[in-house]
Amino acid sequence: MRYRTLTIAAVIGIAVQTNTQAQERALPVREIASGVFVHEGRIELASSDNDGAIANIGFIIGTTAVAVIDTGGSVREGRQLLAAIRARTSVPIRYVINTHGHPDHMFGNAAFVADGVTFVGHHRLPQAMATRGPLYLDSFQRSMGDALLNDVRIVPPTRLVDGSLALELGERTVIVKAWPVAHSDSDVTVFDRTSQILFAGDLVFIRHIPVLDGSIKNWLDSLDDLVALPARRVVPGHGPVSDWPAALADQRRYLGTLATDIRRDVKGGRPIREAAEQAATTERQRWELFEDYNTRNATAAYSQFEWE
Amino acid sequence: MPRLLLRNACIAICMSMFAAPAAAVEAIDPWPGLVQDIFDNKPIGDGGDLIALDMPARAEDAAIVPVTLRIKPDTNSGRRVVAITVVIDQNPAPMAAKFVLGADAQVSEIATRVRVNNYTNVHAVAETSDGKLHMVKTYVKASGGCSAPAIKNVEESKARLGQIRYRQFTKPADGAHGGAREAQVMIGHPNNSGLQMDQVTQLYVPAYYVDRIRLWQDDAPILSMEGGISISEDPNIRFTYVANGARTFRIEAKDTDGHVFEKTWKIDGSTM
Ligand SMILES: [Zn+2]
Repeated sequence: MRYRTLTIAAVIGIAVQTNTQAQERALPVREIASGVFVHEGRIELASSDNDGAIANIGFIIGTTAVAVIDTGGSVREGRQLLAAIRARTSVPIRYVINTHGHPDHMFGNAAFVADGVTFVGHHRLPQAMATRGPLYLDSFQRSMGDALLNDVRIVPPTRLVDGSLALELGERTVIVKAWPVAHSDSDVTVFDRTSQILFAGDLVFIRHIPVLDGSIKNWLDSLDDLVALPARRVVPGHGPVSDWPAALADQRRYLGTLATDIRRDVKGGRPIREAAEQAATTERQRWELFEDYNTRNATAAYSQFEWE
Repeated sequence: MPRLLLRNACIAICMSMFAAPAAAVEAIDPWPGLVQDIFDNKPIGDGGDLIALDMPARAEDAAIVPVTLRIKPDTNSGRRVVAITVVIDQNPAPMAAKFVLGADAQVSEIATRVRVNNYTNVHAVAETSDGKLHMVKTYVKASGGCSAPAIKNVEESKARLGQIRYRQFTKPADGAHGGAREAQVMIGHPNNSGLQMDQVTQLYVPAYYVDRIRLWQDDAPILSMEGGISISEDPNIRFTYVANGARTFRIEAKDTDGHVFEKTWKIDGSTM
């Protein structure tokens, strides 16, 4: 029941948020286009050593509003992102967009809870957060520790996207688009028309092995729609900012290989565990964190293709 | 905005009821309490020469962790394994499944999939025909990262509710009649844990899961399973048994809402 008291403390703590902010150093960010800033996360698993700062997060500055795209894997990272924004502009933060509900993208949300800030996400995201939030708080305790997790609160979006939503930031508009179940069940992308930069969330992985927590078939089907977006550069959920759509080729090959291998094994009656351990091994040398995620992806894919 | 804060605070506080810190949980070994609750404190001997429990050392996908039970032939004692209970000590509902083995089916292998919430011991307890209990155990590390023991695609899960599939796997050793056969059944069902709040109603979704599956060859029981929420969505059992020459294979599954799902196949796999 330790959380209960700490959670109340965290809520009260919002009142003194500005004091805490002052103490946080600014997160290193790079301006990849005028007014578009990105922090590239480390290609690692979340841990107490990296503050959970493993995902790419960023912000876009307009003349009247700032939109934050993902808040990082801890409230500490979220506060550092806030400090980075405050160091660059006094334009108010109006929108915090969560590209989906995984901890590395939304555990920093509490740093941005304030009057005038609207949290934006997929129409399925509130339910995903309600279902998974407690499970994540529980399972991340071990890898990240109390110091990082105590402040984390699950802050669901109140502006929900079904189809797409245009957010006016003042002399620039960003388009938030909701996707079918693919990487997860609540993926959105954020496209800045002015710079033609696409924040793809975890619909796109580069160098970091793709992680499947949704539907492999839909994800593969979504790739052509992703490619069709008129973007020039992409900020993937994990991995380096890259040219679009060339950067999608590796992920397309990986997911395709995984699907082919697993479909063949399901058809041949190979048991799930054996199939999962052998699938897509031709991809081993091509990805970072392959050993951490490939068997997991293959297990999920198997349980889906079994129903085809 | 105050309303939002209040609601968020409420969600976080409500969540804390399940999200007990891992360190605190691990300090207490739940097994003695589970022996009391599930096995009525009966003595449990070593089961290593009767059964084997095979799981990966790490849960890769927390929602779908393969478990295989192997029943070893008991050549000299005359007793046989009548039931095996699988317990995932650190799960919210530790008793994952109890399999009862048909008297004449000579079931030698059972594989299913479970949810694993945290680092945990997993126990398999065999009951033999003399009423004694025998245990084997293994340790499973929780999945890392964003994997969660939760449904990935709620709409697809709803769409296949109640669908049943049956599959036979041919083995080179199979004779034309009788002999060991390997088969698989799968039932489309969300197997909801109930440990989640409906975002619209703000109420906890009641647990909704398959609590019993029974399999027969003609009228002879092969295997039955009493299951709980630790069984993965779309309950799936792959098993090896000895055919008795029956013409049909039958499955009956029941869920906690009282729905009964039934299907019969000719033994060659076509639906009756
Ligand atoms: Zn993700």
